Amino acid sequence: MASYATDALHRDGVAQADEPSFQDLAGEHHPEGSTMLGFWIYLMSDCLIFTVLFATYAVLGRNYAAGPSPKDLFDLSLVAVNTAMLLFSSITYGFAMLAMEREDVQKTQLWLAVTGLFGAAFIGIELYEFAHLIHEGATPQRSAFLSSFFTLVGTHGLHVTFGLIWLSVLMLQVRQRGLIVENKRRLMCLSMFWHFLDVIWIGVFTFVYLMGVLQ
Amino acid sequence: MSGASGHAANHGHGHDDHGHGAVHGHGSFKDYVTGFVLSVILTAIPFWLVMGDVIGDKLITGVVILGFAVVQIVVHMVYFLHMNTKSEGGWTFLALIFTVTIVVITLCGSIWVMHHLNTNMMPITADDARHAP
Repeated sequence: MASYATDALHRDGVAQADEPSFQDLAGEHHPEGSTMLGFWIYLMSDCLIFTVLFATYAVLGRNYAAGPSPKDLFDLSLVAVNTAMLLFSSITYGFAMLAMEREDVQKTQLWLAVTGLFGAAFIGIELYEFAHLIHEGATPQRSAFLSSFFTLVGTHGLHVTFGLIWLSVLMLQVRQRGLIVENKRRLMCLSMFWHFLDVIWIGVFTFVYLMGVLQ
Repeated sequence: MSGASGHAANHGHGHDDHGHGAVHGHGSFKDYVTGFVLSVILTAIPFWLVMGDVIGDKLITGVVILGFAVVQIVVHMVYFLHMNTKSEGGWTFLALIFTVTIVVITLCGSIWVMHHLNTNMMPITADDARHAP
């Protein structure tokens, strides 16, 4: 053990003395670069969470336990409206980012608020749908299909909810401090988060709702 | 579909000179609108196919709407998330490839293995299920 340690120490010393350093310790290049890459890797790991939930739904989604099936429960026109809400919120967030690029605080705030409203509408419709299902007796306890359905769609809804909280906090931050570098970085992270949730929703409405009704 | 991928290729080219480090290279107004219009079309068609029961065969409809979903995910990646092979020296793209690989293995593996387990189970009727403890 001890010899390993000294060995490592020795090599370390040599590296510092002789070889050029490849680490950007001062963070001079791309000060925002590492945050963006790190956040992207977080999104990828979040993607794996959804993958597991999708796989669970794929396995359990046809086990109705003599209960209701997707065809009995899902209202596709409501899902279509919900999808539209999320899609609109994606492009309005894009407009907020463009306004941020132009250093236009007013427009940024306006588009962020519009995005928040569309996001809130999405959550509202989803909660209405869940309440309707539970009222009809289609609770998560009813069957494996409903357990996996509520887990998958609920996790996505929870993500959107936290996105909305994040959005509100950032609007407050921008109001107090303006479009400083830190706030721009945060807005870019939330932008990736928001568009990522829209990508997950494509999987949800196709795989859960449309293919569920199709069966 | 080929139109969408052709667009994606053009877009990638147009941004070569733009090669900044950030993952979130900033799209233009045109990028966002293009992405939005494509998304609306790629969302509306699957809903129309299922709600209007346009294709009689359920299997074919399922495969077609899954295809639309994959294309729409690529559209979102390119136009909204500004994904390209160059950002962060290719590390974001590498992370994406890695994730997609794991996603495909997890989904296909789970469905495949569990389908086989299901087929080897004792058959259960709706009546059995109703009286199960």
